[in-house]
Parts: sequence; C-alpha cells; structure tokens
Amino acid sequence: MNRLTYIGIAIAAVIILIAVFAPVLATHDVNAQNLAIRFAEPSSEHWFGTDGLGRDIYSRILYGARISLQVGITVVSVSGVIGILIGSIAGFYGGWVDKFLSGYVFNVFLAFPGLLLAIALVAFLGAGLGKLILALCIIGWVGYARVMRGQVLKVREYDFVQAAKALGAGNMRILFSHIMPNAIQPLIVQASLGMAGAVLSEASLSFLGLGIPPPAPSWGTMIEEARQYFSITPHVLAFPGIAIALTVLAFNFIGDGLREYLDPKQRTR
Amino acid sequence: MKYKLLNFARQLALVLLVIWTVVSLVTLLIELVPGTPATTILGETATAEQIANFNQKHGLDRPAFFFSIDSEKGFVWNGADNRYLEYWSNLLRGDLGTSFRTDRPVLDMILERYPATIKLALAAMLFAVGIAIPLGVLAGTNKNRIIDNLASFVALLGISLPTFVIGPFLVYIFAVKLGWFSPTGSLYPEDIVLPAVTLGAALSAILTRMVRSSVIEELGEDYVRTARAKGLSERKVVYKHVLKNGLIPVVTVLGLQLGVLLAGAIITEKIFSWQGLGLLLLEDGIAKRDYRLVQGCVLVISVTYIIANTLTDFVYKRLDPRIRLT
Repeated sequence: MNRLTYIGIAIAAVIILIAVFAPVLATHDVNAQNLAIRFAEPSSEHWFGTDGLGRDIYSRILYGARISLQVGITVVSVSGVIGILIGSIAGFYGGWVDKFLSGYVFNVFLAFPGLLLAIALVAFLGAGLGKLILALCIIGWVGYARVMRGQVLKVREYDFVQAAKALGAGNMRILFSHIMPNAIQPLIVQASLGMAGAVLSEASLSFLGLGIPPPAPSWGTMIEEARQYFSITPHVLAFPGIAIALTVLAFNFIGDGLREYLDPKQRTR
Repeated sequence: MKYKLLNFARQLALVLLVIWTVVSLVTLLIELVPGTPATTILGETATAEQIANFNQKHGLDRPAFFFSIDSEKGFVWNGADNRYLEYWSNLLRGDLGTSFRTDRPVLDMILERYPATIKLALAAMLFAVGIAIPLGVLAGTNKNRIIDNLASFVALLGISLPTFVIGPFLVYIFAVKLGWFSPTGSLYPEDIVLPAVTLGAALSAILTRMVRSSVIEELGEDYVRTARAKGLSERKVVYKHVLKNGLIPVVTVLGLQLGVLLAGAIITEKIFSWQGLGLLLLEDGIAKRDYRLVQGCVLVISVTYIIANTLTDFVYKRLDPRIRLT
C-alpha cells in the first residue's frame, strides 16, 4: 500500500478515537451558550474559538465527529448489506432476474443524481437523523449491488463453484459459503469510498437545512450557521470545514490505496 | 443494420421505462408528506372549507392512485379518476401543475430559472476541462515525479473539499479581501466566475485523475513508439496522438457529470444566491413546502440527467469503435 493510504488510516483512526472519546476530550458543554463571548478568536480557553452563540467550536467539532461517523457507518453497513444481497442475487441467478435487477432497477436508481434523490426524499419525509440515514441508504445500495453483481458473475464460473455444485451443494450454500467470501474483496474499496461519500452527503444535507436540525453539532450545520458571518470571522467556518475535508480525504486515501493494492494492474503503474 | 436498429430500439425502450418509473416515483413522493399538503400550506388553523377548496383547486380531492388499501374497506378500486393519471396526462401536455403557494404554472417558474443553472453548469464544466487537461497531461507525462504527486494531491483535495467549504473561502479571498468579484448574485457577467470555480472544483479533480491515467496508459501503446520513431516531438506525440485517444473516457465522465453538476448546483446556488433552479427548489419549493414545485424541479433535473447520460452513451459509442462492436 502507498504512503497516502497509511496517512489515510492514521487520520481515520484519530477521527474514530475522537468520536469515541468526545465526552472526555471536550472542554466545554457543546450546547452551552454565552453571548458575551460570541465569535471569540482561538485562545487557551477556547482552542478553536466560539461561534455566533458563544458555543465552544472545539467541543462541537469533537461531537460532530460522532454524528458524521454514526451516519457514515450506518449508511455503509445498511446499504452495503442490501447492495451485496441484491447484487449477488442478480449475478448468481442471471436470466430474467438479472435483466430485471441490473437492467431496470439499477438503472432507475442510477437515473437520479444521488444528492437530488436524497434532497427530494428528505423534503417530502421531513428532516431528522433517521430520515437522513434512510435517504442515504436508498441512494447508496445500488453502487454496492453493481460491483457485487460483476464479482459474482466472475466467481460463479470458477472451478471450486463447479466442484461444489457437483458435490450437490444447494444454491444458498454455494452463494453464501463459496461465492460471497471470494467476491466481496472489491466491496472493501467501495465501502471506504462510500464512507467518504456518506460523510459528505450528511454534511451537504445539513448545510442545506435538510439534515440534522440544530442545535446538534453536525459539521454541515455548523458551516451553514457560520457562513453568514464568514467575512468577519473566518475561523468559525474554517474548523468544521477542515474537519469534513480531513475525514473525506482520509477515507478517499484509504479507498484509493486499497483499490491500487487489490488491483495488480494499477499497482505496477 | 437490423441488429443496430434492434439495439437502438431496446435502448430507447429502457430509457422510456426508466423515465416512466422516475416520473411515477416523483408523482407518488407527495404521498409521503406527513399530514396533508393542505394543512401544511394553510396551517393547523385552516377551516374545513378552506382545506376543501385548496384540495379541489389542486386536484387533491381525488384518490392518489388506481387503487387504495383502506383499513376499514380493504382493497378499493378507484378507477381512472385519480391524481396519478391526471399528473401524467397534464405532463404529456407540458403542464407540471400549478404552484401550491403562488398559483403560477410550475413549468413557467422552472423555465425562468433553468437557463441560469445550465449556464452555471456549463461554465463549471469549461473551468474543469480547462484545468484538468493540462494538469492531467503534466502529471501523466511526469509519472511518479514530484509534479505528478503534487497534481494527484491537489486532485484528491479537490474531491474531498466540499463545495460549501470552497465557496465561502473563494468569496472571502476574491470578493471580500481582493474585491475582484461580487460575493453573491449575478448582476455582472464576471459574477459567474466564483460559482463556476466552486461547482467545477470537484469535477476538475476527477478529470485530472482520469486524464493522468489515460495518458499513462496510452503512452505505453505501440503507436506512441511508432510516432516517436517517426521523429515527432514529444509535445506532438502527447497532444496529437496520446490525448486524442486518452480523452475518450473523459468525454463519458463529462457527460455523466453534467447531471451531477445540475444537482450539485443546488449547494453552489445557495452559497452565491445564484437565481437558478436549485435555489428555486430550496427556497420556493422545500422551505415553503410547495410540494408541486418540488415535484417539478426534481422531475426536470432527473430527466435532464437521464437524457444527458443517454446522449453520452451514444457519443461514447461513436467515438470508440471497439464499444460499437461489442
């Protein structure tokens, strides 16, 4: 794996630790307001300064990591499982099942620009963490399904699958015990890039006012709140911006590195 | 010829099927609204008469679909007099309904704003291509050198930095500090620069990486060796031969990204108060809960996306004979 992958893993590990130990690392109550010190510059008391309501930005960013990772992990897990199952069924059974799933259902979901579908769903369902996760899962599963279908199509032709068939193994056993474990590897890359995408989508929807409502310290919401005062106090926007960029960058580094590692053709380049 | 026609017909049928499903989904999305649109728009204090009038005016007094499942009556067949069919028949006549808030035709509202969004998306694309080709070629021809690593890092940064972070920073530097552009709005022609750069940043990063790997791949081909052996300068080899072949996948991504740009424009339009379709969807549609307008905007963006993708597929096949043969 290249150097950037290790940097990505290191940054991601730090962000995960921050999210886990946020209550220990936070220096202030995330929602405690103090208008007397609004827009305070970074100092020893408030490391990243304070926002428009005098809340400590450092502590809010720590707790924001929890929201981002919670959304990211849930969306990747749920959409990953759904995508793997549907993709496996399409690839394994082939015929009209595959034609219907990959030729029609996948195309319908790919016909919407991802963010737009999420915006539309949240607009009609209403804002909130659960609805946001649901919307991101609805747009996210098809990416996993497509990769998994391609993998299953390839693996099902391998000799050991034919051998299992010859030994009388049932379809479910062949699919779950023989094909899936050998087909799942590229999904790790997809999951890492999906994590970056989910964190970015959550922040985007929160920025648009369609994600997690205030006062929850979502990084996207923090940026939206800071935007109107940005010309006078850039640090209020800069810190959550850096947090999002670092998180997305870390998972992109990991995804890219893993792709290169798993694909020997790219490794030699 | 027969095979070609059959293939074309099959693709057209699939596109029409996808458009039908997308329209149906968007039409039925309104049923997900908690409560009813009438109470959302008119408020909890609205009288029964006001609600009935509103529902009648917007055709909401009729059943949503051909059938409904009632907890008391069970399966109920509603016949052809339903909102789904009405929406379709209006749509085929070019009518997207009237706004719940302003009573104006939704299509008129969209047509007023769509040109601004398309202009922004095209400007963003132009910026992205203008940056990506020279940077990608530079990185590809200097593989694994500092310049390549730097270009790759900048590209990854461009992908990872969200538009709502890039946008305000550009405003801060070029509008607030340097005073070169207006921070928001679209009064002067140069006002498109900052929104276009913001919207095109991620695409330029994606394209840079694509051009880089295309150039690296093509540089290893036999025809490049022949061109070099002929005595062509390296510049001519790269720009006349390598880039010509290397740009084929880039065209595909460009086409596919047009729809992404149109959807992504929602955030950029919000940052710069750019009076496009995205701002219409956000401020007049979602914020004011004008669900008919939201339906119209989502539909128009999605159908544009599907058409752009289909055309890209077509152009891609024309450009690369290998794909036509398979």
